[in-house]
This record gives sequence, C-alpha cells and structure tokens, in this order.
Amino acid sequence: MKKLLVLGGGTAGTIVVNKLARKLPKDSWEITIVDQDSQHIYQPGLLLLPFGTYEPKQLVKKRQSYFPRNVNFISARVERINPEDKKVYLEDSRILDYDYLVIASGTTPRPDQTPGMNDPRLWYKSVFDFYTLEGSIALRNALKEFTGGRLIVHISEMPIKCPVAPLEFIFLANAYFKKRGIREKVELVYVTPLEGAFTKPVSSQALGEMLDQRMITLEPDFVIEHIDVETKTLVSMDEREIPFDLLVTIPVNMGADFVARSGLGDELNYIPVSKRTFLSENFDSIFVLGDASNIPASKAGSVAHFAIDLFAENFVEYVQGKPMKHDFDGHANCFIESGDRKALLIDFNYDVEPLTGKFPIPVIGPLSLLKESYLNHLGKLAFRWIYWNILLKGRYLPIPSLMSMAGKVQVSIMEKEKQDAHN
Amino acid sequence: MPTIEIAGKQVTVNDEGFLTVYDEWSEDIAKVLAAQVDIELTPRHWEVIHFLREDFKKEGESSTSRHTQTVGGFPIKEQFVLFPKKPAKKMSYIAGLPKPKGCV
Repeated sequence: MKKLLVLGGGTAGTIVVNKLARKLPKDSWEITIVDQDSQHIYQPGLLLLPFGTYEPKQLVKKRQSYFPRNVNFISARVERINPEDKKVYLEDSRILDYDYLVIASGTTPRPDQTPGMNDPRLWYKSVFDFYTLEGSIALRNALKEFTGGRLIVHISEMPIKCPVAPLEFIFLANAYFKKRGIREKVELVYVTPLEGAFTKPVSSQALGEMLDQRMITLEPDFVIEHIDVETKTLVSMDEREIPFDLLVTIPVNMGADFVARSGLGDELNYIPVSKRTFLSENFDSIFVLGDASNIPASKAGSVAHFAIDLFAENFVEYVQGKPMKHDFDGHANCFIESGDRKALLIDFNYDVEPLTGKFPIPVIGPLSLLKESYLNHLGKLAFRWIYWNILLKGRYLPIPSLMSMAGKVQVSIMEKEKQDAHN
Repeated sequence: MPTIEIAGKQVTVNDEGFLTVYDEWSEDIAKVLAAQVDIELTPRHWEVIHFLREDFKKEGESSTSRHTQTVGGFPIKEQFVLFPKKPAKKMSYIAGLPKPKGCV
C-alpha cells in the first residue's frame, strides 16, 4: 500500500482528499488526513456575520462529514515533520509515515505579532479581527453597540488571507451605518501598508474611487509598529499616529508553527514550492496546497480550488513517474461585496491583473467584472451552497481552472476608450 | 521597454523607472537613483543595498521588508529611517531590482 498523508482538513485538504480518493486505486492507496479539530468553518461567511447576514451555526459543519468514507481521519495536532525519514510526529506522540505528503495547514491571523494588539484591555473590547469565528461574533456585538466615533479597518502586513475582505468590510460598514441612520456620526478610515486601496493598478484605482464615493479616508503606506493601549492609537514604523474608537484589524498572517519547527518555512512560515505544480522546492515527496505555500497568488479558497483541479491530474502522473503536464497559472476569482446588496466580481492570474468587462458563465449569464451589480451579490450568497455541496466534495463546477481572457477589456483598449471619450 | 542613460550608461527600465536587467546596475547608477528619491547613501545604506543584491541572486525575487529584517538583520524601523515613507519600494529601486510584489 502507498500512503498519502494530508495535513490540514480545511478547504484545500478537503478538496484534495475528495479528488484523490476518486482518482487513486483503492486497493493500492491508503489516504489519511489530520486536523487539530472537527469544525469546518465557511470562512467567507465570517465577513458577513458581523452585519447580521448569518448566524454562527450557519457557518460551521463537522469536518469529518466532508471526507470520503475510505479516507482515515486523525484528530491531532502536528508537532513536526521529518522530511528525510518521511515521518510526521504528532503532539500526542503518535508517529505517522508516508510515501507522499500534502501540507494544507493554511494561514492564521497572529495578533501576538504586533505589540499591544492582543492586550486584554483592548482585544475583543475595542480591537477585533473577523477572520476567526470568535472575532467575528465579538465584532457583531460591538457593532450593535457602536453609536459613533472613528472606526478603522486596518491591514497589518501583506500577504493576508482573502486580500479583498478588509475592503468589503469597510464598504459593508458604510452601508450598515447608513441603514442605522448614524453614518454621519461615524468616521471610516482604511489603513493599509499598500500604496493604494488594492495591489494591482486597474482594480486599485476602481476600488479607490469606491472609497472616495463613500467618504472613506484612505491611509496608505502605513506599516504598524505597535498599538498604544492607553490612548487607543495605531503607531507606524515612521511614527505616524491614528487614534481609534473601534479597530477592525487584520493581524499579521502566518503559516503553521509546526512548519517552522520542521525547518520548512520562510520568515512567515510559508513553504517554498513551484508555483506551477506545488511540489516542494526541497523535497520530492512533499506538495503544499492552499494558503500554506509561498506562491505569489491570493491566499483564498478560489485559488486553492482551481489549483487542486490541476494538482489532482498532476499527482496521478507524478506517482507513475510521468512528467506533470497541468501547470497552474495563478487563477483566482472572487466576489467583492460593496454594500446595499451589490457586489463586484474580479478574475485574474499570476500575469493578468483584474480587468473590467464580462465574465462568461453558463446558464446564469455573463457577470460584470470590476463593476457593482445585484447579480454579483446573488452570486456571492449562492456561493455558500456551492461551497458545501460542490466545491469541497471536488465535484464539477462549470468554471475553467485556467484563466480565460474571454470578455475582458484589456488595458490598452481601456486607455483607448478613455481617450476616445476625452476627444 | 525603454532604455535611458544613467551615469553615462544605457540601462533598461520599466514604466516606473525600475531597472529590469540585473547586470546593468552599478554603484554609480545607485547613487543617481538614490538622489532621484532624495536619499544620500551612507555606509549603512550600502550594507542594505548589497544585502538586497545578494539576496535577489539567491531567491530570484526582491526582498520584502520583513525578509530584509529577518534574514538581512536590518530592522523595519531602521529601513524607514534610511529609506523614508516607502522603504521596500525605494530599496529595490536603488538596488536595481524589481518592485517587490504586493501579493494579491
């Protein structure tokens, strides 16, 4: 029997075992998946929960019920990996050996990395994250009680999981306070270490304009050094200070500590891999999928999903000693909630930035790219059903794994259109 | 991509003025690039620049501020003092390396 061991039963790990349990012959492969707990959280819902869209119980399911029957599940914490001996040591002192290892242990917000951030006088009182269930619930309660003052949405350091979520949060906060009739009592500030609202030029400009339209102040190039607990103030490396009444922060994101203990990660515990095949740069029996690797793509479920479609094909070739023929292009797409039941859609890869235009999709019809629409908002809401019923189970979704230029307006054409409009 | 003349030498740059060919860089060019962003290079600046050049050769990509702190031993706070306001961008610019990828 060949042994495939998967560390992490989140989005990436769950899709992988579902895909490979179907592709690999059952009589010659034993598949085992390890996770530290039994709660699978629908993470996109954590953005909407603080605004009352979901109740916590709608976002949590039992992890094991999404694994195929012929996959073993071990509930334990990983102590470290010894890649030379192909062994994984668990904290409960069990030792697992493998022929092939898939690391899918994701990335986690780490408020402990910024002095003052998780100080008990502030944490979950006036400073919140929303990438954890506890944080998201605590923030919902704080928002309910918030009657005015300065609310900051803040990114500590890139990369972060789901890099558009902080922007969505502040758009939704704008709509939420408008609905409560207290928008004019709330000052909204978006603080980021980036140069603008987002990373790539076309979308950064479009999203920056959306901040302006909503009277949200942008504070770019802000690299946090610490939070002053007494005065409730963000202090940057170059001594800029921004006081707050309510801080919604995205703490530094880091890969799992066992990655560091195993000597496999970079300075943020991400594991270096080939960005086309996800094979470890250093060990030919280790692949890294989802947020745990250092590929220069968004840390997001959509990337994991597209990546694993190709990885599953590659893996079957690889274990037969054949070359891997299904290169990943960094494809990602995501809905961006903009408030008032509208959303944008962006679609991009390693080389092509998010562009405007139309995204062709069977049956539902084309969705607008980088432009607000109600249909995109419905797409975002429908995605929760798709996630639990199709995506996690590795079933077919009519969206290609590699990005297509169909329907997209290229930058050169956009510039020409702008000029024509000007003339 | 356009070529321009810096310090008496033709170099290839992108539309933001970042050098695109590793070996076209020289210390004389660095001095000119630094002056363009109002920085006068001290011995400590040169230590950072030489680290970045070596690190790029090894890693194949421009160092982030955190990587420069952890691996190079230059605290981020000091990077802000040496290369004010946008250290990661200015350091790469002067060292003749691509702008570090703001990860999407």
